[in-house]
Amino acid sequence: MSSNSNMSLTLKIWRQPDAVSAGAMHTYQVTDVSPDMSFLEMLDVLNEDLNAKGEDPIAFDSDCREGICGMCGLMINGDAHGPEVTTTCQLHMRSFTDGETITIEPWRATAFPVIKDLVVDRSSFDRIIQQGGYISVNTGSAPEAHSVPVPRDDAMRAFSVATCIGCGACVAACPNGSASLFMGAKITHLGELPQGQPERDSRVVNMVAQHDHEGFGGCTNIGECTAACPKEIPLDVISQLNKDLRTALKHGF
Amino acid sequence: MNYEMPDTTTTADPSQDTPAEMTDDAAGYYSPGEPIVDAKAPTGPIADRWQDRKFEARLVNPSNRRKLNIIIVGTGLAGASAAATLGEAGYNVKSFCYQDSPRRAHSIAAQGGINAAKNYKEDGDSVHRLFYDTVKGGDYRSRESNVYRLAEVSTNIIDQCVAQGVPFAREYGGLLDNRSFGGVQVSRTFYARGQTGQQLLIGAYQALERQVAAGTVETFTRHEMLELIVVDDKARGIIARDMVTGAIETHLADVVVLASGGYGNVFYLSTNAMGCNVTAAWRAHRKGAYFANPCYTQIHPTCIPVSGSHQSKLTLMSESLRNDGRIWVPKNAADCEKDPRDIPEEDRDYYLERIYPSFGNLVPRDIASRAAKYVCDEGRGVGPKVDGVARGVYLDFAAAIERLGKDGIEEKYDNLLDMYERITGENPYEVPMRIYPAVHYVMGGVWVDYDLMSTIPGLFVTGEANFSDHGANRLGASALMQGLADGYFVLPHTIRDYLADGPFEKVDESHPAVVEARTSVEERINHFLNVNGTRSVDSYHRELGNIMWEYCGMERTEDGLKKAIDLIRTLKDDFWRNVKVLGTNESLNQSLEKAGRVADFIELGELMCIDALNRRESCGGHFRGESQTEDGEALRHDDLFAYVAAWEFAGDGEPPVLHKEELTYTAIEMKQRSYK
Ligand SMILES: Cc1cc2nc3c(=O)[nH]c(=O)nc-3n(C[C@H](O)[C@H](O)[C@H](O)COP(=O)(O)OP(=O)(O)OC[C@H]3O[C@@H](n4cnc5c(N)ncnc54)[C@H](O)[C@@H]3O)c2cc1C
Ligand code: SF4
Ligand code: FES
Repeated sequence: MSSNSNMSLTLKIWRQPDAVSAGAMHTYQVTDVSPDMSFLEMLDVLNEDLNAKGEDPIAFDSDCREGICGMCGLMINGDAHGPEVTTTCQLHMRSFTDGETITIEPWRATAFPVIKDLVVDRSSFDRIIQQGGYISVNTGSAPEAHSVPVPRDDAMRAFSVATCIGCGACVAACPNGSASLFMGAKITHLGELPQGQPERDSRVVNMVAQHDHEGFGGCTNIGECTAACPKEIPLDVISQLNKDLRTALKHGF
Repeated sequence: MNYEMPDTTTTADPSQDTPAEMTDDAAGYYSPGEPIVDAKAPTGPIADRWQDRKFEARLVNPSNRRKLNIIIVGTGLAGASAAATLGEAGYNVKSFCYQDSPRRAHSIAAQGGINAAKNYKEDGDSVHRLFYDTVKGGDYRSRESNVYRLAEVSTNIIDQCVAQGVPFAREYGGLLDNRSFGGVQVSRTFYARGQTGQQLLIGAYQALERQVAAGTVETFTRHEMLELIVVDDKARGIIARDMVTGAIETHLADVVVLASGGYGNVFYLSTNAMGCNVTAAWRAHRKGAYFANPCYTQIHPTCIPVSGSHQSKLTLMSESLRNDGRIWVPKNAADCEKDPRDIPEEDRDYYLERIYPSFGNLVPRDIASRAAKYVCDEGRGVGPKVDGVARGVYLDFAAAIERLGKDGIEEKYDNLLDMYERITGENPYEVPMRIYPAVHYVMGGVWVDYDLMSTIPGLFVTGEANFSDHGANRLGASALMQGLADGYFVLPHTIRDYLADGPFEKVDESHPAVVEARTSVEERINHFLNVNGTRSVDSYHRELGNIMWEYCGMERTEDGLKKAIDLIRTLKDDFWRNVKVLGTNESLNQSLEKAGRVADFIELGELMCIDALNRRESCGGHFRGESQTEDGEALRHDDLFAYVAAWEFAGDGEPPVLHKEELTYTAIEMKQRSYK
């Protein structure tokens, strides 16, 4: 059961007016924080306060606030999405203690430039998908759904890695700023399915090329990504990615 | 769920029951307009109508297609599917969304599943049965031709999604699994664990990104449409704000599609995402598009209750929990603050089982929702008090755990119970869960004809943003079906008939209509930034939400609605004079974004109340206090209200004009229904 006593906290938050200006950490006090609040609701309350005082509210991203859209994402005390295995929007204040100081920063990665305060630009993820993260099938040309059975275990594995929400925590957590976990999840999702086979080689080659072009770093198997991933995408998708890449190169791609 | 849902409404018998004293409650709040006589659906046998329409729709020469420009606002299921399909066909598409990626549209949050009349289970399903269930589920307030078409194309959706790599649940033999959902008797719902919306949207998103790479679609993320451009009575473009730089951009096209989702956030708290809004649809409404049935709202009985005034959104818990959980509150208000486990059996009121002995906890959504409201109004609600009232009821698994074991419950509901624990910090295996109804979906939206075109030529509206398929209530797993049906299979055909006359005469950015649209956007933004008032945008939004929930929520009355309209008018006036928006236009400014959305929600809220006032009947998901049976059940009035209420904007401060589209059913009998 949750405790009912409200907390006072010190927040150190990264403020940066826009992409080109320099940023800095600023300190704020919040009081009367209920343990039942979500982390973002705590920031909403701080923002109402700042607004009342005539100070510019802190910009941060969120939309669904139920852990599925992938829009939110903060570095909290140095951990992507904070101390629990979940998204920032599903983190609740009961995970913190009264009197604590919390440091809040945006995702830090070359390929995710800061736009303002805690908001970053993750459009590089979309561009990776553009380079093959799909199956080429025009609307209306699909065969009857039951014409190709898919073994249940393959379908389950495809599903479990297709749950990636594209939040970018894996990149933020990685000392190299690599997006291998994100990319591996997509490669594995489509590679597990019979429908994904025809483009399997070109997909991996083109996506990896775009990944490197965007300025994401290489993977050195540290594993911080999977530890930070709110959807618990396993590290073996990166082995799958590497395996598919070697196969494709062998095939002369 | 293998039980038959009872009918939710009783139909008034016109011969005896039409009250002579029946007055037009909304008189004075609107002016009557001409009826809508032609929604452009082909006549003929219902099963042939769509085929006929597709055949009649003129073709566009492939070499002409790249000269035709299409704007699509929204990248949810309805928008992304349309953008991908029209891109594949070779048109020039511009796709807009307010999130940082098209993949984040709120369709992503749908949990339960998507319906399709595949009849893979050989359990008697068919296109006709899906059509029938949908019309009946909507309480005979939808347009039959549109609904039939929806059922007809539903099967193609599954084929398309499977080919794209959507990992639906499968059986051991490798074929697709189905379940029964929302009380229907056939198993026609396809699903991907509790993340069906996510998987379908990722499929559509990937198809969209493929077209971006192919050069047919250009995406504009973090862009918000703030105005529609209408030139010579035709939709010809939009004004959008780049939410990062603040640049006000003009985008011109031959045709505009709105796939901008639902407006449940007019209630402030709902299961919608933070950014869901009515702005795109409302701006179009102000430019001449009729808005239909705005008061039709769906309220879902099993959401996690509000925990305090800081609450920013509500989370849905799947309805399936009602299969095994028992709903109760203490018999005595004095017990409400006790630990529920210390309240003995004889002091508990299992009110659904008591009032509805045959269906118990499985009564339809609206009945379960209303009953929860009544017990909380009586002061018997449980959980934290917000503004002095505890709004929550117990959903108790103790008996089910005894029966099926903890493992049995875990296997069935693990995901959900974990999510509950994460949000509330309470372990539902030990303490009864608390639930309360919340706004979840809106059936109302921009009026469209059979071609999905609004009353503004060249403005098409798809997905939750339009009104056409769900009548007064939506069946579970049908919104995903509608979004994809519209985007993949309907719009691409109907839009080509319109585009066959294009490319239309080029519009210049200096055209007075373009300048007017642009200037009005700039003036609005300047106004918000210069009011320098004292109240935050959120505080207005919350107040509007409270008014809507109190008076235009689960139960509506004439007095309440009239009061709400007065309150909203006062709020609107205060908002424009006293709102406080800091910062500038020229950078990311989330308060400024919200100010525009709340301004439009306030206007919509008033229209919803007027619509609800006009509709003096209980039907579908909503209950009018003045229209009930002696037992307090919903009473529908087919004699008086079997119409779509399509509202025309008549100018600021002017009463809206009501155009009625009579609903006639040729392929289905409008059934006299009774509950009990
Ligand atoms: C929690 C939840 C669970 C649900 N579960 C189910 C289910 O199991 N089965 C089912 O069938 N239905 C379900 N529904 C309903 C269903 O998910 C939605 O009705 C449907 O997904 C709406 O799709 P859409 O494409 O019309 O809109 P959305 O997916 O909401 O997309 C709207 C798009 O419009 C854009 N947009 C909006 N305004 C603007 C603007 N002014 N400028 C630019 N862009 C704009 C947004 O960026 C977004 O891309 C659920 C809904 C919720 C909230
Ligand atoms: S792999 Fe995990 S951390 Fe990375 S983007 Fe996907 S969900 Fe986020
Ligand atoms: S806001 Fe959608 S995942 Fe957090």
